[in-house]
Amino acid sequence: MTAPMRYIPNAEDDVREMLRTIGTDSIDSLFATIPTEVRLEGLLDLPAPWSEIEVRRFFAGLAAKNVPVNRALSFLGAGVYAHYQPAAIDQLLLRAEFLTAYTPYQPEVSQGTLQSIFEYQTHQCLLTGLDVANASLYDGSTALAEAVLLAERVTKNRRRLILAGSIHPQYRETVRTYTRNLDFEIVEIGWNDEGRIDLDALRAAVDDQTFGIAVQSPNFFGVIEDYDAISRATAATDATRIAVIAEASSLGLLAPPGDHGFDVVVGEGQAWGIAPQFGGPYVGFMVVRDRLKRSMPGRLVGETVDVDGRRAYVLTLATREQHIRREKATSNICTNQALIALAANIYLSLMGKKGLREVAMQCAQKASYLRSMLVKGGKVELPFTGPIYNEMTLRTRRPARELLADLEKEEILGGVALTRWHPDRPNDFLAAVTELHTRADLDRFAAAIERLA
Amino acid sequence: MTTETLKPRIEARGNASQGRANLIFEQSRKGRRGYRLPPLDVPEQNLGTLLPSSQVREEIANECEVSEVDVIRHFTRLSQMNVSIDAGLYPLGSCTMKHNPRLNEEIARIPGLAWTHPMQADHQVQGSLELIWTLEESLREIFGMPRVTLQPVAGAHGELTGILMVQAALAKEGNPRKYILIPDSAHGTNPASAAFAGYQVRQIKSNARGTVDLDLLEREVTDDVAALMITVPNTLGVFENQIVKIADILRRKGAYLYCDGANLNAFVGIARPGDMGIDVLHSNLHKTFSTPHGGGGPGAGPVGVSERLVPFLPTPTVERRENGAFYLDFDHPDSIGRVRAWNGNFGVLVRALSYIRSMGAEGIRRIAEIAVLNANYIRARLKDSYHLPYDAPSMHEVVFSDKWQGAQDVHTLDIAKRLMDYGFHPPTIYFPLIVPGALMIEPTESEPKEELDAFCDAMIAIAREAKETPELVRSAPHTTPVRRVDEARAARQPILRWTP
Repeated sequence: MTAPMRYIPNAEDDVREMLRTIGTDSIDSLFATIPTEVRLEGLLDLPAPWSEIEVRRFFAGLAAKNVPVNRALSFLGAGVYAHYQPAAIDQLLLRAEFLTAYTPYQPEVSQGTLQSIFEYQTHQCLLTGLDVANASLYDGSTALAEAVLLAERVTKNRRRLILAGSIHPQYRETVRTYTRNLDFEIVEIGWNDEGRIDLDALRAAVDDQTFGIAVQSPNFFGVIEDYDAISRATAATDATRIAVIAEASSLGLLAPPGDHGFDVVVGEGQAWGIAPQFGGPYVGFMVVRDRLKRSMPGRLVGETVDVDGRRAYVLTLATREQHIRREKATSNICTNQALIALAANIYLSLMGKKGLREVAMQCAQKASYLRSMLVKGGKVELPFTGPIYNEMTLRTRRPARELLADLEKEEILGGVALTRWHPDRPNDFLAAVTELHTRADLDRFAAAIERLA
Repeated sequence: MTTETLKPRIEARGNASQGRANLIFEQSRKGRRGYRLPPLDVPEQNLGTLLPSSQVREEIANECEVSEVDVIRHFTRLSQMNVSIDAGLYPLGSCTMKHNPRLNEEIARIPGLAWTHPMQADHQVQGSLELIWTLEESLREIFGMPRVTLQPVAGAHGELTGILMVQAALAKEGNPRKYILIPDSAHGTNPASAAFAGYQVRQIKSNARGTVDLDLLEREVTDDVAALMITVPNTLGVFENQIVKIADILRRKGAYLYCDGANLNAFVGIARPGDMGIDVLHSNLHKTFSTPHGGGGPGAGPVGVSERLVPFLPTPTVERRENGAFYLDFDHPDSIGRVRAWNGNFGVLVRALSYIRSMGAEGIRRIAEIAVLNANYIRARLKDSYHLPYDAPSMHEVVFSDKWQGAQDVHTLDIAKRLMDYGFHPPTIYFPLIVPGALMIEPTESEPKEELDAFCDAMIAIAREAKETPELVRSAPHTTPVRRVDEARAARQPILRWTP
């Protein structure tokens, strides 16, 4: 006898009746094909079942050991940003018909998910200036890895990949992991005093073996790249140009890469109303030129009609995918981030044409204000002179980790020290600003640095 | 009159029951707003002085202008066009559509967890690190393996991670080898992941029982084979009863045994993959551990490894110091590196740990017991109505075929569509590929006997309809928001976005 479980309806009487129908006398007999030498004799070494009350108590205890970024004054960014989350998003995500459905393999009973993905794909195209978006990828870093593999696929036997060294270091590391057994030559290009990609080095690195060139903007240092200059510097090659967007809200204000010579845009959609959640779930996006659509990884939703001629949506171009093509598929991806793509769709719809612009403008204006306050104070130096959006690299005379520790004593999470990735920059750190910061927050931060640096 | 003429025709707005909802872009009206921000409170600078004009865009052409009311109604109507596990049995084989406890949604939204940032210093996020450490500890026990990485965010992502670790381990010994063996019954992600990791795939044929033939395996595992990827139980729902011998063969030849744990729900708490000699296992937290499928993600695909693969795990790992403090450890020189920028789909990990603690040791075992009982109950009730292509004992799922209905020219697709009229989501169809016209049914432990009976009654009724009124089945569904859709047209003339 097992005690009743709240998530398992069938109780002892049901079990007895069902065993009779099956024609056996014990559940145990149903496991006869598992070799006895590997069958567990007792229970696993786990706690006994907990009530909701005990579960809540346990997790509340864990949460109390954290310093969440919405409690302190935080300037953390470096790829994950605290933005405004409209209340409607979470209420809609909790609708069971979205939350507890699976991949829309059966279109007649999945039109809600399918139409939502079609709308999400449309938003991505409008934002990036490109033609075709997929239904989502895991996150920004794996979206970049997938874009690199796409770029290699559409050329014949080229091996050289060029990455801007100012792409998020954890994105570059992900690319290296994905391609570690693929015999690629990965060339990383440095940056100039502005903090932008070194165009001379880029020009020199491009050769007839190059299949892809990837650049992030705003880059890891917060600096906005010049897409047109990069396109001109690489005009001699037909290698796929990939733009990486790690701060998606920037697309409300900054030039869309698709209008400036880029063939693929990939990025992280976390800024579209998704909480930081210690690293996920987020949503990776990929948008490409029309000619690349059949090489795309992941699900795609298309419009069609049903037998009565009504507009309907369906998963399409599936011959690219693993369940049809197996080892010849464009990717191994199956489960993606549909619910987070839905959250992004709701966010983008609510904010819309005006809101996306206003959020981005507030980010840029407030970042600019903070930067000018810090420079005016005299303790802060800007290691890069290039234009920024909402994040900036700052330098003081103190090691960044010490300064950040002192700021923390005043309940200010001042940003991300660059030391881990750039040991030659011990005093540099990244600070990010969003529409959630008030002028008082920025003044308090500037004053604290003035005092502590 | 037909049902079609009885339906009111409302063109002005969407109507979920008629399968019609205008796109959000089509509902846009100039001047509408769905948000308000606080006024900008810093001195506003001219945009031209802020940014170079060549790097600034205009307002995004054709983006929406809608109110919150428009948005709430739109997405509520869309939701009404979905079926979901909360509405009833959703027996997609291999997908483990079990109940998603609502407690876990509440827990994952606790601000002290949801608002921790992945770039925070270890001492600020001790609770989040402890949570990851505790979940790993629980999964180690459940898998019977010394370490588990929680970084992969989906099953296929876990497969790639696992194969890259095998590759790294073999490369360290001097030869990464060339081939991965995969049975013909495998999920499509297995060969795709192997190819993604740079390996060539060799398919091996299943025997009459639907399992791996040991003599054949002995011959196929040559010096060039890096690993066998196997699914336990396999996609026919049959347990590889020779699993220990399979592990021996691979180990003897210096190769690795990879287990696709998509079907772990069949034996969780009954037996442990690590005890069977499996070297790498990925498991789907969105299957066995109840996190919601969300219409196709997010999920999580933790990977457990045997001792010989521990040095190759992705970095960073979460470790505990003597004093009880937790920290991220980047110091693993043989690691394959990161498989993703951040440390896993934390929000999914929270839900899974909440589930594991709610179930406890007894409950975890009860999952498998009742999941297998439920599948066998369906098998017993349907075996006289549908052809059972492999009669080896079923575990958590049962695979039928349309062989008997084919005589009336009624096929698996028709049966699946007709089930919708009876109010059920169809099973997985035409998979595994080794069964022509497969209907792969996985009820999970979440279903009460009455729901299983209602489903079996529907299936039996459809088998009868296939004989008596086959056209009714062939033209199904009749009651869904839209009827059969033209998939060929979607692929031939792809329309992949709205255009004004």
